[in-house]
Amino acid sequence: MYDLIVIGGGPAGLAAANSAWQKGLRRILIVERDKELGGILNQCIHNGFGLHRFKEELTGPEYAARFIEMLNSTGVEVMLDTMVLEINDQRQVHVISAEKGYQVLEARSIVLSMGCRERTRGAIGIPGDRPAGVFTAGSAQRYLNLEGYMVGKRVVILGSGDIGLIMARRMTLEGATVLACVELMPYSGGLMRNIVQCLQDWGIPLYLSHTITDIQSQNGRVSHVTVQKLDENRNPIPGTNLEFDCDTVLLSVGLIPENELTRAAGIEMDPRTNGAVVYENMETSVPGIFACGNVVHVHDLVDYVSAESERAGAAAAEFVLKGKREGTALTVQNGADVGYTVPQKIRVSDVEKAADLFFRVRKVFRDSVIEVRSGDELLLSFKRDHMAPGEMEHILLPRKILDQARGDTLTVSAKEA
Amino acid sequence: MKELVCIVCPKGCRLHVDEENGFAVTGNSCPRGAAYGKNEIQNPTRVLTSTVKITGGAYRRCPVKTDAAVPKGRLMDVMRALNEVEIQSPVSIGQVVLADVAGTGANVVVTKAL
Amino acid sequence: MIDVAIIGCGVIGAAAAFELSKYQASVVILEKENDIAMGATRANSAIIHAGYDPKPGTLMARLNVQGNAMTEQLCRDLDVPFSRIGSFVLAFSAQEAKTVQTLYERGVQNGVPGLQVLSGDEVRQMDPLVSPEVVCALYAPSAGIITPWEYALALAETAVRNGAELRRSTRVTGISKIEGGYRIETNREPVEARYVINAAGVYSDQIHDMVAPHAFTVIPSKGEYYVMDKSECYRARHVLFQCPNEAGKGVLITPTMDHNLLVGPNAENVDEPQHPSNTARGMAFVREKAARTMPSLTYRAAIRNFAGIRANTDIGDFQISIAAEHFIDLAGIKSPGLSSAPAIALEAVKLLKECGFAPEKKEHPVTTRRKKRFRFMSEEERKAAVSENPLYGRVICRCETVTEGEIVDAIHSPIPPCSVDGVKRRAGSGMGRCQGGFCGPRVVDILSRELGISPLCVLQDGEGSFILMEETKKEAQA
Repeated sequence: MYDLIVIGGGPAGLAAANSAWQKGLRRILIVERDKELGGILNQCIHNGFGLHRFKEELTGPEYAARFIEMLNSTGVEVMLDTMVLEINDQRQVHVISAEKGYQVLEARSIVLSMGCRERTRGAIGIPGDRPAGVFTAGSAQRYLNLEGYMVGKRVVILGSGDIGLIMARRMTLEGATVLACVELMPYSGGLMRNIVQCLQDWGIPLYLSHTITDIQSQNGRVSHVTVQKLDENRNPIPGTNLEFDCDTVLLSVGLIPENELTRAAGIEMDPRTNGAVVYENMETSVPGIFACGNVVHVHDLVDYVSAESERAGAAAAEFVLKGKREGTALTVQNGADVGYTVPQKIRVSDVEKAADLFFRVRKVFRDSVIEVRSGDELLLSFKRDHMAPGEMEHILLPRKILDQARGDTLTVSAKEA
Repeated sequence: MKELVCIVCPKGCRLHVDEENGFAVTGNSCPRGAAYGKNEIQNPTRVLTSTVKITGGAYRRCPVKTDAAVPKGRLMDVMRALNEVEIQSPVSIGQVVLADVAGTGANVVVTKAL
Repeated sequence: MIDVAIIGCGVIGAAAAFELSKYQASVVILEKENDIAMGATRANSAIIHAGYDPKPGTLMARLNVQGNAMTEQLCRDLDVPFSRIGSFVLAFSAQEAKTVQTLYERGVQNGVPGLQVLSGDEVRQMDPLVSPEVVCALYAPSAGIITPWEYALALAETAVRNGAELRRSTRVTGISKIEGGYRIETNREPVEARYVINAAGVYSDQIHDMVAPHAFTVIPSKGEYYVMDKSECYRARHVLFQCPNEAGKGVLITPTMDHNLLVGPNAENVDEPQHPSNTARGMAFVREKAARTMPSLTYRAAIRNFAGIRANTDIGDFQISIAAEHFIDLAGIKSPGLSSAPAIALEAVKLLKECGFAPEKKEHPVTTRRKKRFRFMSEEERKAAVSENPLYGRVICRCETVTEGEIVDAIHSPIPPCSVDGVKRRAGSGMGRCQGGFCGPRVVDILSRELGISPLCVLQDGEGSFILMEETKKEAQA
């Protein structure tokens, strides 16, 4: 019997395991399907990680190495090259590996940290041929950075998510021509700094409110794409065609939390995040099962993943050592222009000093205010000079403010100042 | 007056750099932003991340970076220099694979133990 | 000179090869693509129709009902996923209720077992998400769903195990009559055969015209589809058809054998059958029509679109006949071709015999096949599989839970795949919600390792569909 089984050894799982160890758990296991720890950070060789956490700019592998080093000084057990097939609310974990075969493991607590996957062509229904040469940005990144293969020479990128932007620069540096980055929305989905250093630095045009409306092929490989401008209802406007001869389309059109295990275990899901509904300590609807990182909601910064996961790991330790939290919960609701919140539920009596709250807004804001209300009563407000859907917002809700909430809900909204 | 977005951290501050006034920077929210704004107008530089060939490792490429920012105009020279590099596993983080790359003064260092 | 050459290895060519491989005869199958089942067989509704659609007295009517009846045992023998889930033809008006009645009568005449006309409420009891506007429906319990490419593979693999020879990437360019048979010119070596079977799908009219006077013209018809995630499979328990129209059987909603939900097709005649593509118009049409059957259907969980091609013709029936001396047409096999395949194969043997083909049956031909599918195994079976072969413990495709063991087995199967999609059709990797985003690079790696080729040579699918362009850091090699 393990005290804690952590599913997934990426940045979330590493931080959760470390933190649970620091809080006194001793029989901890990380199950990782890849042959090494670190998750997607291993292929994110660009820099920009760790500014919050380590006050310095690290590359993905360096950031992962910092956490792996911490782990090496603990007694946390790691199973690599091992797939979790099933978990259940009895906290049994079915795993399989080539080395050890099929095993059913038991744990007093579980942290879900499986991360996310990329949205594909099929999910967004791009018309046209279905040749080779259409890749999700992350697959192309793996080929390029780990295996040393170029997936193409003339590239059009659909979506302005960060991985797509990073790949625009990487492919350019490796000698490809990136013809355009095409974004469905009127704003970019990625961080501003990536627009500057990955597109503008290299003269790559960004077409906002555009999309790919046709993919053509020759000899089984992409040969041409048509891009069109979209009207307010996201319908292509006739006569706005941009034509590109290219051999590759990279998709950076969103990430989806990877929650098949979560759903199968009967854990309550939030359709807004595609992740589990979590409490203030990252506990899911099943006591003793916690979730953190991109499996809960997609983050823009790994630093925040680490912080959130440390809370989850600490909470798992608390659950094992002290027993479960019993407080009644406030439900956090989306107000105007807020897309989702994490956590979705806060057990006020269990909040020590303050509860972290993360959310995304639904549109681009300049000077604006975030408001936290209980019924009609304004409990708290925060000023922001800039907010965008591509950038996750973070606020702290102090316990003494939460204590003032009436009823069982709390509403978070955003508006122009 | 030039307007630019700070890329030092993900915050993306909108900077104003006054070229006629000693490159004074406004709009930054930290000293690093001020330094970035000043530098970006006069001599833009970037840290370069890429890979080099490695033999005997778990992967066929080893990620590397320049240990200091290099002039933007020299990035492709650095990339060309990296084409010539082939390293042998094991390597550790921070190990220099190419010193003073392309005469930029920066070293190329390993970013993943392989 | 070989005994029988089969042109085309879709499900019809494969079924004919399977049947012929039970005889003491040499069989060569010529396939222009680099894998089998690359035309109509790979992209269709994956339905084994009951047989109430075709007009009584047609070959289609007889062979559909006969083929349907044969499919169950065949699939059990060859380990092909098949399930008789039954189908509905839904009527939304009194007019359509008449059509349903006509189909019922036709079905009875065609010998379709178990047909019933059910009320709207009865239908909704059996399939709760069907539109409240449905007034009645034809229920055909003998209709089923199948994995069509696996079906063709099972037939062709078994034929190969019985000694048939499959030549892929071999396109027929001309056929001439020679003493005692035919000489078939291809882009590779020519083949001389005593008998020829034309199973060339959308190209079957062109092959026919090489030896016989023009008799029919293929009018390729394209159909576009949506595939939805497994999370949507619950929406349909049966195959949900609407009333057929001139263009075909209309837009259907059905679960698949891989527990996805399939929605489509439209029908559009096209000039270029080689690479049917999806269009915004076609996809919108499918969504609009499907909403009629199931108003609650959404496309949030779509994982793939595809388009398939059907060999419709200017004649109202299959073209199954002796086209010339020793030359059999299994041509213009449109819907219900998949359902009829095993019956068409028997028909082919019968016609060959009429032409004088008279070999003995083999004493012990292979007629069964077993395949390990980790995702469908019980816990005990999984334990056994991994202890027998550790590669069954390494999950490569995490969406579909396909192991390295299955992929390696597929690569060394009787008809080895030469592409990532070839592996997908055999092992199921990359079929799921991430569409190979995660396992694609790993499958490339395994293919490269097992075939001893550079990853740069690994194809996505057909000829020329290279995945990787070049190595980075090339100068260092020079």
